Amino acid sequence: MTLLVGKQTRAIVQGITGNQGSFHTRLMREYGTQIVAGVTPGKGGTSTQGVSVYDTVAAALERTDANASIIFVPAPFAKEAGMEAIDAGLNPVVIITEMIPARDSMVLMAYAKEHGATIIGPNTPGVITPGEAKLGIMPGDVFSPGGVGVASRSGTLTYEIASYLTRAGIGQSTCLGIGGDPITGLNFVDVLKMFRDDKSTDAVVLIGEIGGSAEEDAADFIEDTKYAKPVAAYVAGRAAPPGKRMGHAGAIITGTEGTADAKMKRFREVGVRVAEVPSELPRLLQQQKAATIQQ
Amino acid sequence: MKLFEYESKSLAQNLGINTPRGGLASTPDEARDIHKRIGGEVVVKAQVLVAGRGKAGGIKFGSKPDETRDRASEILSMTIKGEKVKKVLVEQKLAIKKELFGSIVLDRVNKCQTILASDHGGIDIEEVASKSPEKILRHRLDPVFGMRGFDARQVALKLGYGGQRLNALTDLLANLYRLSVIYDAELVESNPLVETSDSKFVAADLRVIVDDNSLFRHPEFQERSKEASAEVTPLEAKARENGLAFVELDGDIGIMGNGAGLVMATLDMVNHYGGKPANFCDVGGGADAEHVATALQIIQGDQKVHKIFINILAGITRCDEVAKGIVEVKKVVGLKKPLVVRMQGTNFDEGKRILDSAGITTLEKMDEAAQLVTSAKVA
Repeated sequence: MTLLVGKQTRAIVQGITGNQGSFHTRLMREYGTQIVAGVTPGKGGTSTQGVSVYDTVAAALERTDANASIIFVPAPFAKEAGMEAIDAGLNPVVIITEMIPARDSMVLMAYAKEHGATIIGPNTPGVITPGEAKLGIMPGDVFSPGGVGVASRSGTLTYEIASYLTRAGIGQSTCLGIGGDPITGLNFVDVLKMFRDDKSTDAVVLIGEIGGSAEEDAADFIEDTKYAKPVAAYVAGRAAPPGKRMGHAGAIITGTEGTADAKMKRFREVGVRVAEVPSELPRLLQQQKAATIQQ
Repeated sequence: MKLFEYESKSLAQNLGINTPRGGLASTPDEARDIHKRIGGEVVVKAQVLVAGRGKAGGIKFGSKPDETRDRASEILSMTIKGEKVKKVLVEQKLAIKKELFGSIVLDRVNKCQTILASDHGGIDIEEVASKSPEKILRHRLDPVFGMRGFDARQVALKLGYGGQRLNALTDLLANLYRLSVIYDAELVESNPLVETSDSKFVAADLRVIVDDNSLFRHPEFQERSKEASAEVTPLEAKARENGLAFVELDGDIGIMGNGAGLVMATLDMVNHYGGKPANFCDVGGGADAEHVATALQIIQGDQKVHKIFINILAGITRCDEVAKGIVEVKKVVGLKKPLVVRMQGTNFDEGKRILDSAGITTLEKMDEAAQLVTSAKVA
């Protein structure tokens, strides 16, 4: 059993007949992911990329033994699509759709929590276990199997960093994007817990960015739990202009400056190795490994 | 989308939230007339979207209509943090017993809405929050059931109120919450929320920020959302009209990429190698040729841009579409500035072939491309 997605995954694609849904169904299958059904309301009985399409998730489950879902439906319908997948017991549910109303995401995440479902996203590249399967839109060829778990707030930057690791001969256990929308299913702390308990992960890379407090929360968790696996990080946005503020209350609620420098400093304080530019990450991981072996 | 104070208050009034009596003026004479109508002493407030207008001198008092006209004239000629003041709100001056702070805010970490409130309201609330955070009450709301009556009552009680005043403050908090639900606001904030000397609660100031991702279901904001925001430069406005996430910077290297994280990392790397980015431009996920062409034309149309760096790591975006967009610009209007293209990922081979046949070199590694674009070789 691999983390979140693997050979055991039998996924349905919600929104399979759309441009992106259909294109990435093909790429996911080429990578080795089992896509057992698709769902688009009103298109039941047709097929796309050789996959049977159903009108509802429930109808798809009458004919298949799916256990996961990936969602490409437009933002106005994403909350209900997510709930439909959760109702059917699918887990994890990956939501590629971006810009979902915060109120919808809030309700969806509460629903997922109540049902014990893991939501990856929204606005995520998805999740990949290199060499096994991917539920997502990431280009498979930049990833390679190995022991580094990667969690990111960004999509494309994840591919960038995975490709540096791969070129340096450092493979990855599981890579996932927690999602770029204001409200997401997983945060860095959730993923750090998963990687801590995952036997195939021996080091972790966190890819953060300016704004919010996900990095600071992760640093607190690493410190408080004396996190046993080495962690390296990159935080995007040092050169970016100051991010949007949500008025007084926004600044108050995060309780942090939210700048890249502040986040990098906090990571360093708790022993995380921090890259100045993404291309430094492979070297940092190698140094860390060497240091661990010496101990 | 940030709403102006007068817009926020007009939504609030419809829900029965107390706001000071007053009116909106675009000229000094209008301000004087409003004062004549409402009488007493008034406050004249700059209508801007940036925060901190009080400290910048954008709030003044008038005891007589002529004085109000002069103060309005001063404020209407101001530019606050880059934002030109176009309107002022003229309101009755309240007899203040106490200044509170009350807010309903989207709490990303806890995935719910949270009430933030304090009996230390006023312009120094951020200082209060950082120096004595215990003075800010935080009360999380259930993400599904939202604010129940007792949620607001608990907060009002903790703020030290009882009897009639407890009920009045509870109602006001409940109405701020209703406003957040009806308009999909990520922030509804009243600071100060004034308790008047006759024990009424009045939203003396009110800020509302509507969740941009919810605008599709709010036809009432459709026209408003098209208006160029005062915080946006003309170039940014043009780019955003075309669906680009765009922030203008002061360097000379135009940047285009896909995905906010990658574009930020691109800026970081260009900086790292000694270059200065002229902009942040994210074409987003799944950009087609036309979208890329539009972005490239906007960037090369910017006078201060001397060279351009396109950095694409294709996932949902496809390299062939990006390449087609670049080639289209080359054909139609020509490439006016030296260009460095880095591409990798989905449909790379096809994208590279398209660019090769148009005589444009493609690099595969981001570092190499960043080093090249910041070097003297590209000028």
